[in-house]
Amino acid sequence: MNKIDTRGMSCPQPVLMTKKAIDQSPEGLEILAGDNTAKNNIKRFLESKGFSVEIEEINEEFILKAIK
Amino acid sequence: MQSKKGIIATGAAIGLIAVLLVKMGNPANMGFCIACFIRDIAGGLGLHRAAVVQYLRPEIMGLVLGAFIAAKAGKEFSSRGGSSPMTRFFLGIIVMIGALMFLGCPLRMILRLAGGDLNALVGIVGFAAGIYIGVLFLNKGFSLKRTYRLPDFEGYAFPLFNIFLMVLLVAAPAFVIFSESGPGSMYAPIAIALAAGLVVGFLAQKSRLCCVGGTRDMILFRDNYLLLGFLAIFVFAAIGNIATGMFSLGFEGQPVAHTDGLWNFLGMAVVGWGSVLLGGCPLRQLILAGEGNSDSAITFFGMLVGAGFAHNFSLAASPKGATVNGQIAIAICIVVLLAISAANIEKTPFKSKGDLS
Repeated sequence: MNKIDTRGMSCPQPVLMTKKAIDQSPEGLEILAGDNTAKNNIKRFLESKGFSVEIEEINEEFILKAIK
Repeated sequence: MQSKKGIIATGAAIGLIAVLLVKMGNPANMGFCIACFIRDIAGGLGLHRAAVVQYLRPEIMGLVLGAFIAAKAGKEFSSRGGSSPMTRFFLGIIVMIGALMFLGCPLRMILRLAGGDLNALVGIVGFAAGIYIGVLFLNKGFSLKRTYRLPDFEGYAFPLFNIFLMVLLVAAPAFVIFSESGPGSMYAPIAIALAAGLVVGFLAQKSRLCCVGGTRDMILFRDNYLLLGFLAIFVFAAIGNIATGMFSLGFEGQPVAHTDGLWNFLGMAVVGWGSVLLGGCPLRQLILAGEGNSDSAITFFGMLVGAGFAHNFSLAASPKGATVNGQIAIAICIVVLLAISAANIEKTPFKSKGDLS
């Protein structure tokens, strides 16, 4: 599964990186988010694109698994 | 809070509180203005000598500390920084120079429109144009790179500085300057202004409200979440102004505003472009700084220095209009924005320093 790391990026780059990544792997991907804002923005974006999103929190960071 | 209801409620609260602050003594259409208030603080601390705009605005300290409290309560406070701090400092200066050409940050722009000031419409068109240019560079891979976790003190430093500013305001030592006339002499009582800032800072941290993010996210993702907050500020401030008899439609004779359309447009274009590069509007920078982001704290100090420059070098506009120095400064700001935008485009957008894989 394609993986991207958006930790520490300013708005809206986490979502922009996700947008570009789903163009390359439309079946699903794994995204690392460094804070709540990025996590929620990415989740909202992915759900608007028809993905289901699973979130795992590890040490105040988040792994989002997006599956079509 | 991160629902559409939450962001609309936040916008509504800001709109109504802004009207209340004007009723309680703030200058007209200036319930909140992040740029104007930081400029007043710069004057209060003697960083510029424009006698009519010097005061330590407790709304600013309230916003930062409200965001700090909200972030602490929600376990979102995190000390981080290191994303091109010097560039952000310069962007802070540039955004301030743009805002003082228009005479308001994006938040005051919407409050001015809600008070019937049609010059703000010209500002909004410029603001959107600036955001559009910023988005073009984002799409090309513009990035100021990552922030990293830093020692706790780094994140506490800025909220502590704001407590220090509150102490200075209340103790009022002789070296702090308070305007005796003009906008700087018009203010709501300290306790009310501080409380207003705390409430709005708290809500803005929870909802992520950002004046530049609304238009940006609509262009980029067709996402209207942040735009709803921006629109709610307008609707509720307009209702408040009409209800209290403070609404006055027109271009001429608007409070703390000028009618020079070209420079209103260009001033806000600079603010929009600079704010997209920073990742958020001036209000959002204060909120992020309260959450422990020291890059945003540095942006605040950039804005503070920018305000000093703006008045020391006669760059700031006045109700009489733009100055020649200000027009030259805006041209320089546009050149520097272009240079910063072009110089920070990543060649390979998916790989960045600090990537895991």
